[in-house]
Amino acid sequence: MSHLTDLPPWAAIAVCGLLLFGAAMTLIGSLGLLRLPSFYDRLHAPTIATSGGTILICLASMLCFAVLQSRWIFHELLIIFFITVTTPVTLMLLGQATLYRDRVENRQDVPRKPKPAAELDSE
Amino acid sequence: MIALAIVWSILLAQVMLALAMAFALYRMIKGPRAQDRILGLDTLYMNAMLMLLAFGVRTANSIYFETALIIALIGFVSSIAFAKFLMRGEVIE
Amino acid sequence: MRAWLPYPLFSIALFLMWLLLNQSVAPGSIVVGVFLSALLGWVLVKLQPTRSRLHRLGLMGSLALAVAADIVRSNVAVAGIILRARGRPANTGFMSVDVDLENENALALLACILTATPGTAWLEYDRRRKSLLIHVLDIDNEDLWRRTVKRYAAGLKEILQ
Repeated sequence: MSHLTDLPPWAAIAVCGLLLFGAAMTLIGSLGLLRLPSFYDRLHAPTIATSGGTILICLASMLCFAVLQSRWIFHELLIIFFITVTTPVTLMLLGQATLYRDRVENRQDVPRKPKPAAELDSE
Repeated sequence: MIALAIVWSILLAQVMLALAMAFALYRMIKGPRAQDRILGLDTLYMNAMLMLLAFGVRTANSIYFETALIIALIGFVSSIAFAKFLMRGEVIE
Repeated sequence: MRAWLPYPLFSIALFLMWLLLNQSVAPGSIVVGVFLSALLGWVLVKLQPTRSRLHRLGLMGSLALAVAADIVRSNVAVAGIILRARGRPANTGFMSVDVDLENENALALLACILTATPGTAWLEYDRRRKSLLIHVLDIDNEDLWRRTVKRYAAGLKEILQ
């Protein structure tokens, strides 16, 4: 790992700080996946890993390569963009699928499906 | 001195990410229901991608970045397909 | 402009993404990028997405800042809830909010914003009743979440009409 010692001290500290902080956020997100009691609670946990962890680690990588190769490289922005756009879509679909399955199984702890329009009019 | 700190902090970050992957893997294996497994798989994809980025910083090799990008895209598509499957019982309508 | 590029913003974003992937501004990659982004813009016409025009760009900036601040705050709050989860189970629950949005793009954006915030997850939107079902991790602050969702909805309604 000789190249990392080429970093000036401020950049090295910034890269390490961002990396550690991002990894800690990701760990907390996955810990939530492990610890929280019900599926709907666990649905919230991965967003910490995406919005916190991914952005911080991508920033660390960007800073590291930018200082090492002394030119600005922004392709980590692509990862940030993809992850922030795609994760909500995945979680939303997963939440809808779970709600649908729970209602089909008639579980009592999920909200009922709203009544269809015909019944709404007759109320 | 500072070189040592850099080496150790990157190692620590990678250990944390590996632990995060282990948690996601546990949720994927344990379940209890299909949606929990899919959520675990999605998180596992994401943590693996971050692990690759950390390897990229460690070795200063940008090939890891390409891999991370591909994992991000494939993970998204597979999770969407699984969620769709849960809802309707078939992937392609 | 619209005669050549049916979706200018989409094509520009695609072009920038191509340059980022190639990591170069060489003439060759610019030519291929322009060609690809124009072509894919025409492919999008076939998919017939809902069009909407952007109004009030200044409001868009302030909304983005508010979303970023909320996401950071919610990150910290949810991290606290997870770390304390072993002691007592978090007080979570479903809630429904009345949201009056017709535009599909605005609804999609609202869904992405709410799901990207760790404290809230979008579950279902009922178009007839105009009510939105979300799951929140911290149900004690139900009024706060209700106000936040309504603020976002009002902002999005102004931007995308």
